[in-house]
Amino acid sequence: MFGKGASSSKSMEIIGSEKKFSVLIVDDDPIIRKIHGALVSKFTTEIQEVKNGKEAVDLCRSGASFDIIFIDKKMPIMNGLEATKELRAMGVNSTIVGVTSCDLSSERNDFIAAGQNQCYEKPLTIEKIKSLLSELNKNN
Amino acid sequence: MDGMTQLQRQWREHTAYLRKEGYLDDQFEQLQKLQDENSPDFVAEVVSIFFDDSEKLLNNMARALEQKVVDFKQVDAHVHQFKGSSASIGAMRVKNLCIEFRNHCEAQSLEECVRCLRKLQYEYSVLKNQLEYLFRLEQQIRAAGV
Repeated sequence: MFGKGASSSKSMEIIGSEKKFSVLIVDDDPIIRKIHGALVSKFTTEIQEVKNGKEAVDLCRSGASFDIIFIDKKMPIMNGLEATKELRAMGVNSTIVGVTSCDLSSERNDFIAAGQNQCYEKPLTIEKIKSLLSELNKNN
Repeated sequence: MDGMTQLQRQWREHTAYLRKEGYLDDQFEQLQKLQDENSPDFVAEVVSIFFDDSEKLLNNMARALEQKVVDFKQVDAHVHQFKGSSASIGAMRVKNLCIEFRNHCEAQSLEECVRCLRKLQYEYSVLKNQLEYLFRLEQQIRAAGV
């Protein structure tokens, strides 16, 4: 389940880990990019940010790879669901985590059907990221 | 009580007041936890982006409601965005008003939408003043500590 890290023999641990992991933040809202960037920086320094699904797809197509992709649902040009389908079709096996400001219970099926591993309501918090990483550690 | 201690007390009391009165919720505290010596102005920077965004969105809502034929879906899109950004910084009253506003957009009630917009503009300007005061206190504390 944990994308490109799955083949590593080291399990990923939260804050203070020697193992680095890479994160891509995909959101058209500059406030969310700043907050999520600051949150994720408590766990890793390998972070990139883009503003919409198309930029995420183009980045991965250019050869960049990420352990975790946090992706917003509603974005201009290419939304999170379309981008996820595109990424999976390209063979990207990163852990893709959807984030939404809509009601999560009604959106969860859409996220999973598109190929996402997990989804959260915005905004992310340190506790949500810890919970995600803990789950990924167990599965890894 | 020296100046620094007094300022710190004022800061604590004002933050508690903003929480108690419902201007801010737990999310604001989450932002404060992200502030550290590497990013000492993190909260002020995030809130500054929020202020810029808010002003654009409020103008967009006002313009959309002034149209001869109001596109309620467009108004709703702006309100939805404002709801998201206000939730991100913990601006609870503003966020709750956005939820109410969206209901009126769905009902396509122009009168209620206009009324809600006025309330939103008021609550936003009060919040902005309160946060700017909080950040001024922080600057004074930092200056006093140098």
